[in-house]
Amino acid sequence: MIIENFNHQQSAHCESGVTLSLLQHAGVPLSEPLAFGIGAGLFFGHLPFVKVNGIPGTTFRIWPGYIFKRVSKELGVTIKTESFSTPDKAMLALDNALQNRQPVGMQTSVFFLDYFPPAWRFHFNAHNLIAFGKEGNEYLISDPIMQSVTRLPAEALSKARFAKGFPAPKGKMYFPVKTGQGKPLDKAVISGIHKTCFFMLKSPPPFFGQNGIRFLGKKVAKYPEKMEPRKAALCIGNIIRMQEEIGTGGGGFRFLYAAFLQEAAGILKRDDFTGLSHEMTAIGDQWRNFAYAAARVMKDRSGSLATYGELGDMLAQLADKEKDFFTRLRKSV
Amino acid sequence: MNKDEVPQDKKIIHGEDNSISKVLYVTDNDGKYSVTQSEGWDAENLAMTQAWEDIDEKIAITKQKVLNGELSPIAYYMEKNLMDLPTLAGYAGFWKWRVKKHLKPAAFKTLSETKLARYASVFNITVEELKHFHLPA
Repeated sequence: MIIENFNHQQSAHCESGVTLSLLQHAGVPLSEPLAFGIGAGLFFGHLPFVKVNGIPGTTFRIWPGYIFKRVSKELGVTIKTESFSTPDKAMLALDNALQNRQPVGMQTSVFFLDYFPPAWRFHFNAHNLIAFGKEGNEYLISDPIMQSVTRLPAEALSKARFAKGFPAPKGKMYFPVKTGQGKPLDKAVISGIHKTCFFMLKSPPPFFGQNGIRFLGKKVAKYPEKMEPRKAALCIGNIIRMQEEIGTGGGGFRFLYAAFLQEAAGILKRDDFTGLSHEMTAIGDQWRNFAYAAARVMKDRSGSLATYGELGDMLAQLADKEKDFFTRLRKSV
Repeated sequence: MNKDEVPQDKKIIHGEDNSISKVLYVTDNDGKYSVTQSEGWDAENLAMTQAWEDIDEKIAITKQKVLNGELSPIAYYMEKNLMDLPTLAGYAGFWKWRVKKHLKPAAFKTLSETKLARYASVFNITVEELKHFHLPA
């Protein structure tokens, strides 16, 4: 059975894309930038002690699940979120929801999603997708990163939902159950901006927000002293991947946020937001320059202090830019 | 990023095209946003290529160590499945210290069929394949 009126949309980012499609299906008009902005998706964090294969973690977005939860709450949508103790229970609950013609969002690991090209299939456990039908043993999948809808055998989906490691999805599934009276759109937009400014400016130092960018800059500058050139190259390679590769819309979500500010200008009838959007675009471009420089340093592999120092300086400048930007953004709302 | 500057660099890894046509948010000449598609960008492709080079090297080194009798086949399949110790422990349902022990050939030899089956199912292979590593896999 297939939910025919479900609309697949390719998006820049998996969670804002899933949020967009599920809420639109429930009758809530939305765009991806609005979902991302109201959901306060923009963030920065560098956690040197949370390592995957020895590489410290860097993120440009808020933690998994936050965007969907926040956007739904702001717009008055009641949601149901469930985790499960066993794969059987999780798959049964999915089938029941689909029987009720409810498209279902799920947290999965990319490792088991065989419609991804092989080189993409890492143990990345915070990937979101939607199931909107089942035919025989196959689920119809709307994966926001993909151009078109795909199919996935039940066994693979079950494994993807019960991936182990960090963060373990534990079969997590979620969907809207009821729409209601939420905040007016302009209030939700302003509230989302407040939240992002809070995250970027007021998160406890040193790991998060603009402080986190500065912190990463200091770390990067010291990589050649602390580790082998090869390991240092892998560490900055990971930053590039988190920033560009994993579906950020470019520039570590900064372009997506700039697009949100542009939509906000219309919704709030505030011309100054168009200027703020341009500024955010420039910050995104600066992040792209950083990635470009980092790729050159990575390719060079000489592990020279000078070049890593330059990358550190670029991050320090980005921290200054974002601190200044979000300070002014906060004052303006 | 201006729409005219969008890179379309194919992601060639292991000699195969691994590109995904992704959505990027780009501006026109007036700074107005729209979405476009990108096949990839050299900077990110290079980062992914490097990550795979590291993985491939680790797999090759581990394979040799298994053949030399320094490590058990579990070590090889762990690398091959891009897992680290905590991840494998999670999938196989053993404590980390036990998995660590099972990476040693001596402990591996004493593993029961049931325990071997648990590992084999995680690696998506048969118990025979896991046990007879010297055979062409």
